Amino acid sequence: MAHVCFTPHLEKHVDCPAQDIDGATVRESLDAVFAKNARLRGYILDDRGRLRQHVVIFVDGKPIVDRERLSDSVTATSEIYVMQALSGG
Amino acid sequence: MSNRIYAGTRKGLFTIDRSAAGNGWDITNVDFLGVPVTMFLRDERDGSLYASLNHGHFGNKLHRSSDDGKNWEECAVPVYPEGAEIGRHPFSDENDPLNQPKPASLSEIWALETGGPSHPDLLWAGTIPGGLFRSSDRGTSWELVESLWDRPERLHWFGGGKDLPGIHSICVDPRDNNRVAVAISCGGIWITEDGGETWNCRADGMRAEYLPPDTANDPNLQDPHCLVQSPTNPDCYWVQHHNGIFRSTDNSASWQELQNVLPSTFGFAVAVHPHDADTAWFVPAVNDENRVPVDGAVVVTRTRDGGASFDVLREGLPQQHAYDIVFRHGLDIDETGDRLAVGSSTGSLWVTENGGDAWSTVSTHLPQVYCVRFGK
Repeated sequence: MAHVCFTPHLEKHVDCPAQDIDGATVRESLDAVFAKNARLRGYILDDRGRLRQHVVIFVDGKPIVDRERLSDSVTATSEIYVMQALSGG
Repeated sequence: MSNRIYAGTRKGLFTIDRSAAGNGWDITNVDFLGVPVTMFLRDERDGSLYASLNHGHFGNKLHRSSDDGKNWEECAVPVYPEGAEIGRHPFSDENDPLNQPKPASLSEIWALETGGPSHPDLLWAGTIPGGLFRSSDRGTSWELVESLWDRPERLHWFGGGKDLPGIHSICVDPRDNNRVAVAISCGGIWITEDGGETWNCRADGMRAEYLPPDTANDPNLQDPHCLVQSPTNPDCYWVQHHNGIFRSTDNSASWQELQNVLPSTFGFAVAVHPHDADTAWFVPAVNDENRVPVDGAVVVTRTRDGGASFDVLREGLPQQHAYDIVFRHGLDIDETGDRLAVGSSTGSLWVTENGGDAWSTVSTHLPQVYCVRFGK
């Protein structure tokens, strides 16, 4: 299972513990997280389902390419980091 | 008389209470410290508080309190429905590859108002990029008012001070809560007489210097910075417009410009007296190209005769090297009409208890103030 963790900045606003999840893509992985925590979705994705402009996701050390569909691949050993982008201040 | 003021700022929601000693105002609480609070509403019908947050990274959120701010719960934000689009050019062919619209997405909640006593659970929200939303359950869910969104005139709206157009003022008529006026920067003033089923643009008489001469009077292209309605004479509206001060005394059928108001007719905010439609306040700046107080002196202008004459009120306000701007939601008046509060772009907050004749300073080092609202 991939391991996903979230910026501590987000923890201030919504419960988001690090966790192990199944999923072949970033979208599938996050959907698995949101299934248990629906409120978290609106903090990471906008109302069109895209990654928020000032949030960035790293998979195995690389920022994801597809910020709209979140189709970047994830493996069973992947480390997924959901971070705030410094473009947001 | 209101003894509490809320200030939504760049760094949180501040509660300011009149001191127990009765000789000033004190900051008594800060909620959401570090988070921009773009709009605030106290619902007089049930005492609920609503704070709109615009997290820099994590989007817009709406929080509600039913216990005077002791506890807050996150409720829903307006969400544009699938298929709602922005960015289509009104004069281009829809197949033009250079004219492909984008999905509409909530940028900011710019106005929050109650639906009035006739509709106890109804809230209205004005947003950027231009959608009006209504909630029938006190913010638990929202729906886009498609009757306004689908008007073809909306394609002509454009951003004023923001990248996209937005609804910043919502006036619910006290005579008939189904009559609602909204003001748009930039899209004029739109009014429904039937609770949002149908809409008409009502900005005849306004003028826009930022447009070519042959379109300068187009009602749908006006930039009313702020719209208020007299509670006791609802046929009377006041507007601080991008290009001046306007007033309507015929239920928005026509607007008259008030000229030669010193020191300037440029500004963002306006307040009307709760019991006297002829009395209104403004906070002027030099002009749209130079958005600073005239001569570095913060003043409030007040008319008591429907705009025939204005007082320039200075006592207690900084008169040298002051660069405070008061944006459209930075001025409020309490139910007596004696107390007004002004919050500025550079974190100053002033209060008057005698209709503006003299002002006292609450703070000069708050974060940028986005909105000021009197509480209970």
